[in-house]
Amino acid sequence: MIRIVSLKKSFNGAPVLAGVDFEIHEGETVVIIGRSGGGKSVLLKHLCGLLKPDDGEVWVDDENIVPLSERQLAPIRRKFGFLFQGAALFDSLTLFENVAFPLREKRTFSEEEITRRVEEALEIVGLAGAGHKKPAELSGGMKKRAGLARAVVGTPKYLLYDEPTTGLDPIRADTINNLILRLRDRYQVTGVAVTHDMASAYKIADRIAMLHEGRIHTVGTPAQIQATTDPIVRQFIHGIADISQEVQSGNTTTH
Amino acid sequence: MLRAMSDLLKRLWQNLLGLVSQFGGVLLLFLDIVRTIFTCRPRMGETVEQLYKIGWQSQAVVVITGAFTGMVFAVQTGLQFHKVKMDTAVGPVVAIAMLRELAPVLTGLMVAGRVGAAIAAELGTMKVTEQLDALRSMGTSPTDYLAAPRFCALVLGLPMLTAEAMACGIGAGFLVAVHMLNIDPAYYWYNMLKFTAVKDVMAGLIKSVFFAVFIALIACHKGFNAEEGAEGVGRATTQAVVVSSLTILIANFFIAVVFNAIVPI
Repeated sequence: MIRIVSLKKSFNGAPVLAGVDFEIHEGETVVIIGRSGGGKSVLLKHLCGLLKPDDGEVWVDDENIVPLSERQLAPIRRKFGFLFQGAALFDSLTLFENVAFPLREKRTFSEEEITRRVEEALEIVGLAGAGHKKPAELSGGMKKRAGLARAVVGTPKYLLYDEPTTGLDPIRADTINNLILRLRDRYQVTGVAVTHDMASAYKIADRIAMLHEGRIHTVGTPAQIQATTDPIVRQFIHGIADISQEVQSGNTTTH
Repeated sequence: MLRAMSDLLKRLWQNLLGLVSQFGGVLLLFLDIVRTIFTCRPRMGETVEQLYKIGWQSQAVVVITGAFTGMVFAVQTGLQFHKVKMDTAVGPVVAIAMLRELAPVLTGLMVAGRVGAAIAAELGTMKVTEQLDALRSMGTSPTDYLAAPRFCALVLGLPMLTAEAMACGIGAGFLVAVHMLNIDPAYYWYNMLKFTAVKDVMAGLIKSVFFAVFIALIACHKGFNAEEGAEGVGRATTQAVVVSSLTILIANFFIAVVFNAIVPI
């Protein structure tokens, strides 16, 4: 379980997280939605200690990771798989080497075991046979899938997805969504995804949390979020620029 | 007037703080690398790969730099010494200059330009494309995986390149002196050996180890701290080359003074 307590973070004096309190339960997939620049990726990076908060606590499996040093964080981070927005594949390595990287770093697997696991992960994401390619030879969608393969190959307990479908066409985006669901069912991982893509959020989420003005504004199941009358949530999920229109439409709906 | 002075002082103070902060960052990186080298598993594969990139692939640049520096130095000293009938002193002058100063400094500057820039650009690009975060997210320290192998490769490679530059400079100087300035090769060689010693070679090689440490630390630090975007990577690369080159030139003077005090010429 991951528990976030009164998490605060600011950059150059501008507050991004203004006291986030939230819990992520074992085995569920939580999607965090919110406006661009609203601190979603910042929140995600705090979960595995990639960023240090100004104040607050992040508990991973009953251990507060905030005071830990980089070296103390290493074993905690190995519980996580992270799909970065741009996939963040290592340019100098082939696709196979990229996916094998977390396994090789653990130094507990034989080369045969690594080869078997990497090929299995590449097959799951539909990239079987592409292991010899360098990241520069891959399309955006292939990079995302390769990043996903690298994130899951070590069978982590927690999977963090930063904008898993951003920049992909609807069909590719749905492929990624299906992959996330398949991975959840196959490995029973706890997932946290950050996205603006509401179709993706409704599809993969057990719960959706909206981050607004540095705090968790609303939490609910996809059905609850779709049915909400909260004007801020409705404005976001329906993509309405002017909130006064949404307040009026919300009032009309309520009455 | 008072306001302008106050602004100037404030800016100077901020620059000083920035400089102290940069120096602190470099020092912490150095301590982290030393800890990695002595406590963690060595990454031999990455170190050998970097040694190939940093050492082997820099040879052409270093050989040309060393050879032509030795040649031009032989020509200039030969023409001057000829006026006072000291032609055979060209050998020791070229040799000592190459061994103690020119080979280590020029090799350091060439490597700072070629390798320092490459390291800062590569690590900077990794920073802005979240590859460093990806490494950290997998429990791998960028210091262990990226900085320590580059540091070790430079500390091993730069003295070897410096030795190569020394040999090329002295050899090319000899050829120019003998074939262009018509200096007797036997006298040239005899005088060169008479006035040079192992300590001259050691002075140059020890300097090159210091220069390697400066280049590796500054380039890695600038790369790891590159700001967002292509402009940030470009700025980090430029700063890595400029700062490491200036550090080499300034440190060279102090190392020479200290070395001469310990082991007089």
